[in-house]
Amino acid sequence: MRYAAQRLVQAVPVFFATTFLIYAMVFALPGDPILALAGDKPVPEQVLAVMRARYHLDEPLLVQYGHYMLGVFRGDLGETFTGQPVSELLQDRWGVTARLALTAWVFELAVGVGLGVLAGLRRGGAADTAVLAGTTFVIAVPVFVVGYTAQIVLGLNLGLFPTAGTDEGWPGSYLLPGMVLGSFGLAYVARLTRTSLVENLRADYVRTATAKGLARRRVVGLHALRNSLIPVVTYLGVDFGNLMAGAVVTEGIFNLPGIGQQVFQSIQLQEGPVVVGVVTLLVMIFILANLAVDLLYGVLDPRIRRARA
Amino acid sequence: MLARDAWAELRGRAVFWFSAAVLVVALAMAAFPGLFARLGPNEQCDLRMSKRGPASGALFGYDLQGCDYWSQVVHGTRASIVVGVAVTVFALLISVVLGLVGGYYGGVADALISRTTDVFFGIPFVLGATVVLVAFPDHGIWAMTLVLVLLGWTTMTRLMRGQVIAVKDMDFVAAARMLGASDRRLMFRHILPNAIAPVIVVAMLNVGNVIAGEATLDYLGVGLQYPDVSWGLQLNIAQTFFAEHPHLLVFPALFLTATVLSFLMLGDVVRDALDPRLR
Repeated sequence: MRYAAQRLVQAVPVFFATTFLIYAMVFALPGDPILALAGDKPVPEQVLAVMRARYHLDEPLLVQYGHYMLGVFRGDLGETFTGQPVSELLQDRWGVTARLALTAWVFELAVGVGLGVLAGLRRGGAADTAVLAGTTFVIAVPVFVVGYTAQIVLGLNLGLFPTAGTDEGWPGSYLLPGMVLGSFGLAYVARLTRTSLVENLRADYVRTATAKGLARRRVVGLHALRNSLIPVVTYLGVDFGNLMAGAVVTEGIFNLPGIGQQVFQSIQLQEGPVVVGVVTLLVMIFILANLAVDLLYGVLDPRIRRARA
Repeated sequence: MLARDAWAELRGRAVFWFSAAVLVVALAMAAFPGLFARLGPNEQCDLRMSKRGPASGALFGYDLQGCDYWSQVVHGTRASIVVGVAVTVFALLISVVLGLVGGYYGGVADALISRTTDVFFGIPFVLGATVVLVAFPDHGIWAMTLVLVLLGWTTMTRLMRGQVIAVKDMDFVAAARMLGASDRRLMFRHILPNAIAPVIVVAMLNVGNVIAGEATLDYLGVGLQYPDVSWGLQLNIAQTFFAEHPHLLVFPALFLTATVLSFLMLGDVVRDALDPRLR
């Protein structure tokens, strides 16, 4: 428990520093959003002043950031420059991205660990070679190429999946985009599981367990695999945040109305509040996922649990 | 001798020679595109030939502007290779310096470096890069490099720091210290050569990842802009037309994949060669 508290204390300054950096990056951008709002029409000086005061644009950056974070903790993500609350804008979109990221994540976890175990148990065999070659290839092909190819071949030509949109709801509409989004992580998880399992199968404790007369299933499943999954859990924890953020590309290809699409539009329209809102929440998810991973270590590895007690 | 063993191991691997060969060709295309391409970038384009498929005289067909696609794809090599290699070299330098300082001295310097690393590690890559790149619309290849370095130095720094901490307590370092070696000599002559091998491997893999990342930003339309020529830009244009004109997608994707794949495979075989435990 002390360890958990310590990690939490460390995460707090990192959270503020990261979100401030994002905030500074977005709002230090050249170009005046209030002027941009009016287009080519001249804006009266008084209107400009009122608008600037309303969005705290006339105060130092650190004060602006303070105002903003106070709002975030009250559940208020601010409003766009057209007066719409950011949280309202994102409300319907979070679900789409969360479903997409979760589908991808489960896919990574189930198929990735499965392939990794398959390859690791028979190192050097046909399955191992196939998994290694296949995963290297998947890592090398950029995700948008995977996306278009899958859309054309599996969606359009073979008709196995809907090609775009969310009409069929979950899981139908999310399976193919989820697999595309998760393909990179899947390859990583499979390789990580394999390497880790190969190393652990040679460890002394596995030999001891076998010598004690334990069944192979038990040796692999209970002893070797549990230890092998520690780096995999780390990766999967970090990756959940990456999946949420990486959904920009996948949502674009499959036309899913998620936060990725929204934030990408907002960046190009210089809608600072939306960008900062989304990225702040993503950073929160990212840091929480990392914390969860640290706590999971103890469950998987008794040595870590004892060391902390 | 680790290096000699590793070389002996590498020499026997077909994967090593294959990826090395692909990379030599890619580097040659990046350095001397004139040797491979008939025409210069965006040269002798004929809009009447727009999007025509492969034919005699135009191996890869024509792009949207009616330029010879083979020449365009060859000229696209440079952007990918330059960004991939430059970003990795700069990130490697940063991670060596910060990793050595943080890992060796520990204390406040280490805490400061580690927390800064955490902060940058938490910024989502695509979104972070997009925010900066949209703010500076007239960016060229060097601005792209800067942005990618800014978002990409953390992984290697963490690894380097961990390596330095593992190596600095070893007996040979203590022996050198007792012989009166200075901090700087200890760091650069004794610790660095023994700590850097895994970081070099990750750097090789990183070149591949950076190339893919750069192409993704081009593809999203926030990276390089016309009249620059790059695989990512070609794929960006191809997304609208690839259903009817698949050659627009296939050729740059093929070149991009082959290059990224070669860097990844090279990193993989070098890691296997350097790590005797996996033999």
